[in-house]
Amino acid sequence: MAQQSTVNYWELIKNGIIKENTIFKLALSLCPSIAVTNNLKNGVLMGVAVLFVQTMVNATISLMRKFIHPRIRLPIFMLVISGWVTITDMSMAAAVPDVYKQMGLYIQLIVAFASILARAEMFASKNKIAPSMFDGIGMGLGFLFALTVISFFRELLGKGSLWGMPIVNTKPLLIMILPAGGFFAVGVLMAFFNWIDVRFFKKSASGAH
Amino acid sequence: MEAIKKEHELIVTVSPHVKSEESVSRIMWSVNLSLLPALVMGIYFFGPKATLVTALCIITAVLSEYLVERALKRKVTVSDGSAFLTGLLLGMNLPASLWSFSPFTIHVPIIGSFVAVVITKQLFGGLGYNIFNPALIGRAFLLISFPKAMTIWTQPTAAFFGMDAKTTATPLGLLKEEGIGKLMEVFGDKMNLYTQLLVGHRAGSIGETSALALLIGAAFLLFKRYITWHIPFSFLGTAALLAWVFGGKDPHTGKMLFFAGDPIIHLISGGMLLGAFFMATDYVTCPSVRKGQIVFGIGCGALTMLIRLKGGYPEGVMFAILIMNCFAPIIDRGFKTKVFGAIKTKETKA
Repeated sequence: MAQQSTVNYWELIKNGIIKENTIFKLALSLCPSIAVTNNLKNGVLMGVAVLFVQTMVNATISLMRKFIHPRIRLPIFMLVISGWVTITDMSMAAAVPDVYKQMGLYIQLIVAFASILARAEMFASKNKIAPSMFDGIGMGLGFLFALTVISFFRELLGKGSLWGMPIVNTKPLLIMILPAGGFFAVGVLMAFFNWIDVRFFKKSASGAH
Repeated sequence: MEAIKKEHELIVTVSPHVKSEESVSRIMWSVNLSLLPALVMGIYFFGPKATLVTALCIITAVLSEYLVERALKRKVTVSDGSAFLTGLLLGMNLPASLWSFSPFTIHVPIIGSFVAVVITKQLFGGLGYNIFNPALIGRAFLLISFPKAMTIWTQPTAAFFGMDAKTTATPLGLLKEEGIGKLMEVFGDKMNLYTQLLVGHRAGSIGETSALALLIGAAFLLFKRYITWHIPFSFLGTAALLAWVFGGKDPHTGKMLFFAGDPIIHLISGGMLLGAFFMATDYVTCPSVRKGQIVFGIGCGALTMLIRLKGGYPEGVMFAILIMNCFAPIIDRGFKTKVFGAIKTKETKA
């Protein structure tokens, strides 16, 4: 804890996006990454919602870390998370009602995301507010990035459109917007990003053997 | 001479000392050969389009296997015939009508072959490591992605160059949608229906129509012992039994009539024979223990009939085999053979 003043914020953000990417590296929160990513708009908005919740939860927990008794920390984390999720949920219901109609349930489910609780427990409750916030931003951006890539390919291949606008005028691959296609997309992209990691950044590749 | 002989006697090798003539590539090419009669019949009935669709599948499968193995720096195993077999099986499971320019559906077999070889086989580790039958995953992918193009069945035309593309329903489709009465109306009487189904003069996928040709191929495989009777016979037996018990319908009320179904129609129509003899028996994706193979076959047969009689699709062989593929490792574990001489111990339940 002594060198906290020299924490490299850029490193924290990069860590969240690349080295500990929620979906492609940790394989956490796969449910929303399959359920809401059948079009780009939903994917991006979900990512933004998680980015917001993750950052704010990390900041709040970090502020409260001195007062939380270790024995009851998990219920308190959950309360904080559900507080921020409720705020996000209501704001989205007011701001983008048509999208909210499709994925409102998944916004509420952010409460149960393993990644958010894990960061609160592992990082925010042990660090000062600034690094915690940057860690939240990094993890959130990583999630946003993953969802954007997945939903980009799924909408392009499944519907031939992007953000609702028709792009290609051929018969789409219907399977890509069905749940089965979600598994295909996540699996192939996960393999692809891990391959890039092993191929070009051998240092950060975790030992597979 | 003496010295050479002596030297020979002293060579120490590891077991196995007696090697079988069989190899992966020999078996694969034999299976390819055994599919030939059915393919010839398919081409005879569905014309040049059938050839083109099958060729497209095979070329894509072999080419993508080669390219992926090169890209992943694996040993290139194109010559063992397994990619060729995947392409051939996939092509035989597609309707010949896919070779058409308006609407443009020529990319459909290419996509299917690519998914079969690259995603189902190579990304899982190559031959021997795939969980699912590659050709069937390719077909399932296509059926879900292009439900319309994949179910345009052309009327078979015995005249080779008769290019008339009259579309019609498959016998199973008719049976499902309109009942056995309509099927009789189309084919005349029962004997005529059976002969047409046996010869293969009916709408359907390229390679699945001719029951006789498939049986010839299957007999060859059984004779050479490349496949055993366990999976196909338990598969077909279960399906026949269930078709007999639950397949009957009262022609007037439309209610189910027990013990009145026609098992023969179910056995020789659809992809039943092709699936039971050539696809459920895939070495990689079926259980390797004999008892387990029987369970596997029973499961395939039961699921097929469940989908055919109660499900949304007229044909269920593909999904049945794929679902049972998931269970193959568990079945294998359940029927693990006892080590010879081992003392039986009561397993303690944790």
